Amino acid sequence: MFHVKHFDVIVIGAGHAGTEAALAAARRGAMVALVSFREADLGVMSCNPAIGGIGKGHLVREIDAMDGLMGVAGDYSGIQYRLLNRSRGPAVWGPRVQSDRSRYSAFVSRVVKADPRVQLVIGEATDIVIEGTKVGGVVLGDGTRLVSPSVIVTSGTFLRGRIHIGNQVETGGRVDADPADRLGRRIEEIIGQRGRLKTGTPARLRSSTIDWDRLERQDGDTDPVMLSFMNKRPVARQIACGVTATNERTHEIINANLHLSAMRQGNIEGVGPRYCPSIEDKTTRFADKSSHNIFLEPEGLDSDLVYPNGISTSLPADVQDAFIRTITGLESVEIARYGYAIEYDFFDPRALLKTLAVKGIEGLFLAGQINGTTGYEEAAAQGLVAGINAAALSVGGESWTPDRTESYIGVMIDDLVTRGVNEPYRMFTSRAEMRLTLRPDNADQRLTPIATRLGVVSGKRQKAFAEKMEKLERAIGSLQSTRVSKEDFEEFGRPLPKAGVSGSLHDFLRLELDFEAVRNSQNPALRVLDADTQSQVVIEAFYRPYVERQTREVQQLRTMDDVAIPHGLDYSRFASLSAELQQKLSQAQPTTMAEAGRLEGMTPAAMLVLRAHIGLLRKSA
Amino acid sequence: MRPADDTIVALASGRGKAGVAVIRVSGPLAWDVCAALAGDVPQPRKASLRRLVDQHGQFLDEGLVLTFSEGQSFTGEQSCELQVHGGIAVVTAVLRACLDVDGVRTAEPGEFTKRAFMAGRLTLPDVEALADLIDAETEGQRRQAQAILDGTAGRLIEELRQDLLLCRSMIEATLDFSDEELPTDMESLIRAPMVRVRETVEAQLRGRKSAEIVREGFEIAIIGRVNAGKSSLMNRLAGREAAITSDVEGTTRDIVEVRMDIGGFPVILLDTAGMREAVDTVEQIGIERGLQRAKAAHLRIYLKSTVDDEPQGLQPGDLVILSKRDLHGGEGISSLTGEGIEELLALIEEKLSQQVSVSSVFSRERHFDMLARCRDSVVEAESILGKGIHTWDLAAENLRSASMAVEALAGKIDSEDVLGAIFGSFCIGK
Repeated sequence: MFHVKHFDVIVIGAGHAGTEAALAAARRGAMVALVSFREADLGVMSCNPAIGGIGKGHLVREIDAMDGLMGVAGDYSGIQYRLLNRSRGPAVWGPRVQSDRSRYSAFVSRVVKADPRVQLVIGEATDIVIEGTKVGGVVLGDGTRLVSPSVIVTSGTFLRGRIHIGNQVETGGRVDADPADRLGRRIEEIIGQRGRLKTGTPARLRSSTIDWDRLERQDGDTDPVMLSFMNKRPVARQIACGVTATNERTHEIINANLHLSAMRQGNIEGVGPRYCPSIEDKTTRFADKSSHNIFLEPEGLDSDLVYPNGISTSLPADVQDAFIRTITGLESVEIARYGYAIEYDFFDPRALLKTLAVKGIEGLFLAGQINGTTGYEEAAAQGLVAGINAAALSVGGESWTPDRTESYIGVMIDDLVTRGVNEPYRMFTSRAEMRLTLRPDNADQRLTPIATRLGVVSGKRQKAFAEKMEKLERAIGSLQSTRVSKEDFEEFGRPLPKAGVSGSLHDFLRLELDFEAVRNSQNPALRVLDADTQSQVVIEAFYRPYVERQTREVQQLRTMDDVAIPHGLDYSRFASLSAELQQKLSQAQPTTMAEAGRLEGMTPAAMLVLRAHIGLLRKSA
Repeated sequence: MRPADDTIVALASGRGKAGVAVIRVSGPLAWDVCAALAGDVPQPRKASLRRLVDQHGQFLDEGLVLTFSEGQSFTGEQSCELQVHGGIAVVTAVLRACLDVDGVRTAEPGEFTKRAFMAGRLTLPDVEALADLIDAETEGQRRQAQAILDGTAGRLIEELRQDLLLCRSMIEATLDFSDEELPTDMESLIRAPMVRVRETVEAQLRGRKSAEIVREGFEIAIIGRVNAGKSSLMNRLAGREAAITSDVEGTTRDIVEVRMDIGGFPVILLDTAGMREAVDTVEQIGIERGLQRAKAAHLRIYLKSTVDDEPQGLQPGDLVILSKRDLHGGEGISSLTGEGIEELLALIEEKLSQQVSVSSVFSRERHFDMLARCRDSVVEAESILGKGIHTWDLAAENLRSASMAVEALAGKIDSEDVLGAIFGSFCIGK
């Protein structure tokens, strides 16, 4: 007789999506089983040892604002802080840390194990039980049955993972890890058509064999900006990275062996990301460039491994040895592990609802690379959404469909479920129409209140947030009531607010993004503010006119979106709708006008008729 | 669909000279607008006489003010109506004062009706009838957009798209890929296509003027010192006593308009009060209004009765004419004898055809609106670009708006546009 265990939520996979999903569900009160091949897989970084960056930093801040794990784990492991895009506007700042791999996974592992609601289950999930149109649970390779009304699959690159180095192909979810082939086949049975994507990773180098003295250093920021709103300063020792570059000799070797690259062997059907090209792609596509930068990123304080960022490859091992050793500082480097390309299954995310639940199967959620995304941050953000919604299904509570006007998480999920993917999806700031509103600095202001309502925020964070907001509101109030004379505006060459003879200090600040002037200001209203509040106030004032305009635009869209359609409307009464549309609407039972608008065959005329009927109903009600 | 969150204003009565003009304001700020202009918000649904002033306290007109509370108005929104004297200058000034209230914008054609519809204030038969119209209109707009895309305008739009794509992709690259290897001269790479877009759009917008002239008339303002004979010239050209003339200085106190036809084009002649230190405030206001109106006209004729009169308020291409030829017998015109009038008409016709010949590949007002939006956004982006890389996110935002305007030009129609067109062109539900 095999074991049967009952849970509220089962999460398959304990990577960035899986751990975030399990912890979010647990924060909502669900009892969670977290299924993983090996205990050592918790929070493993398969690729580069870094968290955050441009666009990705936004996601980390948003996860953190909802009391997720990634920001605090990133800060705990941070051995070098750099705020990318610092010279650009705060809306596109990208907080990023270089992570100590083992500190990161140790932190994740500790938090997961300390959570009384999360039970780590070691084994291979081989089957998902479906009863009718509902999920019933998961069966493990050893026959153990886990029973639950909600299952979240976060399989990463493990679903039928195939690793390519030159013309060699191995099965595996990453190097030295088994693939999940049976689970891959099972999900294909349930959902249907799968697709293939690929991604790649560079060789890992032995630090002790690098001639660091000959390399340029890249230090972290002198005033490090944390990933988490809860942290003030780094906890780990800070280190520098090295900078080197490929040269003409490197390119000669690569070009002479191009035909041996796994990508050219015809073994790979998956599509790779354009924005993360392998070095062999770079030398072909940008043939006129004789050199490409490489950042040598230590994998940890006590690790001898170095991640050479910029030379991901699937060339054969001997070619990797040869081309890497032409690079300055790497002449006698030892390669600890060769670079490879990995191909894996994903499923068209258009089969998902915005809760990340699979349409038509109650209780099945997918998050992370299985949905066609790439990156730790993208995976974690989806894990958070799936965890929140799986818990809602099992233990009750409001579900959450993040909106693209509210968060990068919402942008990503909307892009995925409405547009699908044709290359691994990565977050960029340019994907967010509301970029000036959705800034990393205000992620907490945007999301912590929502997360609090959903019941996923600890009391400690709620309190910290409330204090911050009080300080900020007081500061803004004081700036708005402090008058600045016309002469002052003129002295600084700033236009007066219209038709005024003076303006408020707040008006004055919104005209320039000038942190320095505020820091050095003798104005009493500014001098009393702490550094964080000062910079928040500068950013807030500067973007306010744009934020107000964007908010108006959103409200315009909302008036459409938010018009609720009463449940159980009898569409057959609407004579001016075609019989086909009447039937479609009856079946779909859209809950808002926006949803109705997305149904195939809806015309502007039909929308108008529908809108009018709802208006009439409301009037007569 | 349209926001119920912003406040709109427009002239609700017909355009042009009329005894009384009704200006309607609808939306959450309607009563704020009322308070700003009338000084207070009179009791709803009761006509009250108020002095209307602009934001500087400058007197505009005296008129009837009507307010309606939410749920009690045509649109269903908080509204107010200002009934003022029908002169174009008064209406323009009152509209401008309304728009000076933050958050108020000009209503789109048919927008009041549309809001009434959205608020559920139309009946089911109205709605059923609408459905057919919308189908027809959607098809019509699709065909219209297709016609544009197939022709010269289509090629032009495609060029605009390509250039916008170019500068947007490069500015986005500096924001999203700043940690990658990018060229060092990004700013000039971004700027070049932006300048091309602006210049192309500006050239098209110049053509808007000729479309406007053909549609609404070519405005000619007759200006000059007091008693230069402006009204006499006007009467001579119009062939009737439109303006009162006398040899007492300062007879014309407001603007007098006469419509006529020159060379087959509709022309509006404007007679303005003569320039001098006014004796009373009413005349002073008349002079200022005249100057403002003249500034906006398509052509100004400066009339001088003496050779040493130094012309003022002219723009390049304007005409300076010596009057009262019958008195001094030299060059110029005489409104009394008609000498020189034919030559003046020929001169006007020449100016007119010059302005009309600058044509655009676009014809519809909607197209020019989109072009203007595109230009404004690009101009803003250009100015931000020069201020340093730390605000390029704002430049990118403006370029996004520019792109959206061009997409709208290319006929990306959503149901919103369709509705706007319907309510703008058909009288529904009233």
